[in-house]
Amino acid sequence: MIPGPFELVRATSVEDAIAALVEHGDDAKILAGGHSLLPLMKLRLAMPAYLVDISGIPGMSYVRVDGDEVAIGAGTRHHELEKDAVAAAEVPLLPYTASQVGDPQVRHRGTIGGTVAHSDPASDLPTALLALGGDVVVQGPEGRRTIPLTEFWLGFFETALAEDELIVEIRVPRTGSAGWAYEKFTRRANDWPIVAAAAVDGRVALANMAGSVVRATATEEALARGASIAEAAALADEGTSPGADMHADQEYRRHLARLLTRRALERAAGAASAAA
Amino acid sequence: MQVSMTVNGQQHSDEVEPRLLLAHYLRDVVGLKATNIGCDTTSCGACTVIVDGLSVKSCTLLAAQAEGAEVTTLEGLAGPDGELHPMQKAFREEHGLQCGFCTPGMVMAAIGVLADNPDPSDREVREGLEGNLCRCTGYHNIVRAVQSAAKAGPAAGQVPQGQEVAR
Repeated sequence: MIPGPFELVRATSVEDAIAALVEHGDDAKILAGGHSLLPLMKLRLAMPAYLVDISGIPGMSYVRVDGDEVAIGAGTRHHELEKDAVAAAEVPLLPYTASQVGDPQVRHRGTIGGTVAHSDPASDLPTALLALGGDVVVQGPEGRRTIPLTEFWLGFFETALAEDELIVEIRVPRTGSAGWAYEKFTRRANDWPIVAAAAVDGRVALANMAGSVVRATATEEALARGASIAEAAALADEGTSPGADMHADQEYRRHLARLLTRRALERAAGAASAAA
Repeated sequence: MQVSMTVNGQQHSDEVEPRLLLAHYLRDVVGLKATNIGCDTTSCGACTVIVDGLSVKSCTLLAAQAEGAEVTTLEGLAGPDGELHPMQKAFREEHGLQCGFCTPGMVMAAIGVLADNPDPSDREVREGLEGNLCRCTGYHNIVRAVQSAAKAGPAAGQVPQGQEVAR
């Protein structure tokens, strides 16, 4: 399979990439690692006339502490996040979740900015990011703005990003020794989750239970009221709208959401008490 | 557009369409046919090559994305005298193949596994090769081959020219 024809624009700076987006509008797509975009293009589900390659822009890959937050450059590849010492110390849910993406070859190419922009409800890192809470920093022709992660993913392949904006950074709170867990259920080793649950500091997010990654708000509210893990996890699928496919029907996905949420909360609680 | 890269130590520069995939560039333009195209959907790993020290699936990379890179394919592993790379030797000695279709990608991915972890457990080898499918299901001997290569020393986790391969 071969993608449809397009013109490749090699951006040398963020401003350069944005200028290309302004010039070509809806006809342009950003190319980072390309591991979500190129498969879509090979299937002709996406046929952009222009690809703007941002992988040559210097300084887009980093993980650093900034006040109470950890700032991650949008170009940070999954294998870099997986091995990053700052991330391991400050927000360990992220490097662990990065290690669960696809397979080593995929993690060598895929970027955090790419997976956030793609808005696949079955993506690993967006699930962890949504549980962490935090912001997406985007840049457009008028400068930078910050979009809360809770408002960024609007639906299947749909985000709050304008067509002339580029994701430049992801910011999440430092969680330090707070308990965390990412529980992912797949049928095959390197697959997307059928359902997954991320838990950290009393917050829970779910993969593949709606058009985008979603918070398990009923579970979070129950935990805040002092409910037990079992009681709170039993509410995990409330308000979700999972799809059905050959791997799982809706009721099975709801079952998995409750089960994986319970496992994630138990593991997070165990990790928190071990750290205390 | 013009793309330039080093393939197995040799400089190549060619006029290609932007949409040309690295797998097709290696096979049809450079003429190196060891890199197989299996699933063509980033799943099976048969097309795995090493780009700038990291294993990648060349069916999901544009040739243009390898601009300026050092690319190593299976053909680049053996020495000029035909001496096999330690990973190739181990696959032969442990019979880490049946039909052989997955083997080029499996060998390249296995070098990456050892670069990341020079003494992996059985489970760590299996997890490191999770992106490579053997439809003959000959996994036991493949895992044995990787562990046997690990005992041969650090060269088993490196591509020639002393280039380090990280996972």
